[in-house]
Amino acid sequence: MSAMAPQGQAPPRAEAVPLLRLEAITRHFPGVLALDRVDFDLRPGEVHVLFGENGAGKSTLISIVAGALRPSGGRMFFRGEPLDLASVHHARSLGISAVFQEFSLVPQLTVEENLFLGAEATTRGLLDKRELRRAAGEILDRLGFPLRRNQQVAFLSRAEQQMVEIAKAFRSELSVLILDEPTASLTERETERLFALIEQVKRRGAGVIYVTHRMSEVRRIGDRITVLRDGRYVATVPAKETPDGELVRLMTGRVIEQIFPQIGFRPGRTVLDVQHLSTGSGSVSDVSLMVRAGEIVGLAGLIGSGKSEVARACFGLEALTSGRVVFEGREVSGATPRAMLERGFFYLPPDRRDEGLVMLRSVRENVALAALDTPDLALGPFLRRGAEREKVQELVARMNLQPPRIEREVDHFSGGNQQKVLLARSLTRTVKLFAFDEPTVGVDVGTRVAIYEFIRDLCEAGAAVLLISSELPEILHLSNRVYVMYRGRLRAELTGSEINQETVLGHFFAREAA
Amino acid sequence: MRSMEAKPAAAAGPALRWVQLAFVRLGVLPFLLLVAVVVFTLLSDNFLTSRNLLNVARQSTYLVMVSMGQMFALLTGGFDLSVGTMLAVTSVVGALAMSTAYAAMPDAVALAIALGLLAGFAAGASIGVINGIGVALFNVSPFMMTLGMASIGFGIALYLTGGVPVYGMPQEFGDVFGFGSWLGLPAPVWVTVALIFLLYLLVNWTRLGRYFYAVGGNIKAARLSGINTRLTLFTAYVLCGSMAATSGLLLTARLDTGEANIGASMPLESIAACVIAGVSLRGGVGRVENVVLGALFIGLIQNGMNLARIESYLQTVVIGALLILAVVADQFRLRYIANLQD
Repeated sequence: MSAMAPQGQAPPRAEAVPLLRLEAITRHFPGVLALDRVDFDLRPGEVHVLFGENGAGKSTLISIVAGALRPSGGRMFFRGEPLDLASVHHARSLGISAVFQEFSLVPQLTVEENLFLGAEATTRGLLDKRELRRAAGEILDRLGFPLRRNQQVAFLSRAEQQMVEIAKAFRSELSVLILDEPTASLTERETERLFALIEQVKRRGAGVIYVTHRMSEVRRIGDRITVLRDGRYVATVPAKETPDGELVRLMTGRVIEQIFPQIGFRPGRTVLDVQHLSTGSGSVSDVSLMVRAGEIVGLAGLIGSGKSEVARACFGLEALTSGRVVFEGREVSGATPRAMLERGFFYLPPDRRDEGLVMLRSVRENVALAALDTPDLALGPFLRRGAEREKVQELVARMNLQPPRIEREVDHFSGGNQQKVLLARSLTRTVKLFAFDEPTVGVDVGTRVAIYEFIRDLCEAGAAVLLISSELPEILHLSNRVYVMYRGRLRAELTGSEINQETVLGHFFAREAA
Repeated sequence: MRSMEAKPAAAAGPALRWVQLAFVRLGVLPFLLLVAVVVFTLLSDNFLTSRNLLNVARQSTYLVMVSMGQMFALLTGGFDLSVGTMLAVTSVVGALAMSTAYAAMPDAVALAIALGLLAGFAAGASIGVINGIGVALFNVSPFMMTLGMASIGFGIALYLTGGVPVYGMPQEFGDVFGFGSWLGLPAPVWVTVALIFLLYLLVNWTRLGRYFYAVGGNIKAARLSGINTRLTLFTAYVLCGSMAATSGLLLTARLDTGEANIGASMPLESIAACVIAGVSLRGGVGRVENVVLGALFIGLIQNGMNLARIESYLQTVVIGALLILAVVADQFRLRYIANLQD
């Protein structure tokens, strides 16, 4: 597209005065250095991809650019002028708009009300509803989104809510557009629509900061890539020429072979057998799969594809409408989490803050939580606190928790160590099937390696493992077999050499002919 | 930010540093206690005498019991606004049952007392049971559930008595449970001490105790760990009701009448005692021994203000102000903790 621009002056001047320049930006959180002297620049008319693992500092960086966070140190320049963003509102007034993964929509309000939230047109202090209606209609038409102005946001699908969020960014003249994993919940057609929009934005001379994990998107729309790792700037490379392996090396600091362990699979008896399972919420329909002892089965798919809900339904967290769950040869359909734990099924939730840990309580209490009814830790209604302390101390040493202090509140540990606390909990009982749901979300590379080795050891010791993950490399390198889900249904079962990026990704998206 | 706040602490003497650490570890309560004791000792000669302190202990027992019950509701992330009503219903039903039984069979004093105690306890605790059913089974917010029950219970207590105190209980009831004493300690104090011990054991040494913290701290995590969260919530409100009912019976014995108007200040005072003692309003944090201290502190303040002849209307102003002060202090404490990282 840039070839269409008149030759000569535009590119060099863009080099001279970037739209946005960040110098040595630093950001502290209590106990964490989220960004450590990061440099970044954005030229007019380019898509600059931010690349990095979870916890690398991408979200913090875009929050700072969007005015949602203030840097602890460093300087920002906007069109060459020093910039000190006071708020998201301030950023928007300069045309800097962000579309975050966590939607900033009010579910009870309509599409139109959400679009102009905080920037409502008024006449003499009263809402100018006619003008708002006109402007909302105009934005939606321009973007080509199939949304009605007066729909209530709570009733929209995730993809539709994402559209509202994107439309919000377009309500004023854009200079910098920030997109955080925008395609995570979009179909292929909606994704194409978004890419066309991004082209439009570029042609108008605005810059786009694009956060993604997906290699294919990086190639497709990216101009330059800046890689972050553990809060530090690593490199900026051209998007089209840099090979995949090189990007992974920049992102993780290691070559792939060092991250993922070799696992010896010895599949034995079937531990979990799911037959034609459907859930009440409709998130899973007619899914059949099985997991054997001594193997790791990967369950892949987009966010919202129902991969998590399959395990949750088996564990008793979702109501079943039809189908059977057979565990160790016995039907357990509709059992409670407690009954499943007693039978030896352990489900590790994806969001440790939301569902995993009691943040204000100690490591000891958190690790022991799922095993307080076992004879190891309880004598009738009473707790064996000495035995509890010994057991937790031993597990904490095995997980290499840093610092290894079991009376400290979980809230005061880093993300990686919190995850270790959660994993240690799975070792307090006799478990035959481990279901790990996004086990490496928001942890650093070192902890990731430790977690992969932990999973390998469990598998090689003869446990059955169901690995649910949105991180494709994890699925590809750890699984003996892979199931791919799409919109609540099982799309494919892959084994051996079929487990490769192209094949798995091919099943991720809709094949929409029309 | 962090370095800026850490500097004055480092520059100040070790004494201030020690005070800061104590504040972070123990919360605001020890400081308030210290200030209260010093102020009231200066204001009144009679304050710091063993006779008066024993008096404080006896007067505070009723609040100590209710506050310990309230703690369970708070631990699970809720609260109970109907504790005052429970006292009223317990008192009225217990007194009615006891006086009726006593009138019917004037010779069987012990039986009449036992029947009255049983009826009163059942009536008060049943409000806790209904609260528990509403909160645990029907997911009614604790605020609405207990507020509603407070209105229902108070209405019933007034309806049963017509607003008039219930007389006619056997003399022995008051003599034993209200004014009796053993080894120099009043009977209500003995009951309270026994309950403190039992609840301490329950909270710290049993599975159920641990479940209260887990359910209040993160109900989803508790559920995923195989804990019966509904049963835990239900039990918390039943325990709260039982404690309030016990308190109501002992207070009835002390007053020698069944009254619908006792306990009106209990919801505020019991929540205040817990919050001053560091029980989190968000659930999951709190200790029995601190709550006992918190309730004693409120008793101490009221006693001291009485001795210093501060008007009772002004006393409620002080209690409210202290409650807010405690919450503000707790916010500061959380900020300190974040800064100290330990």
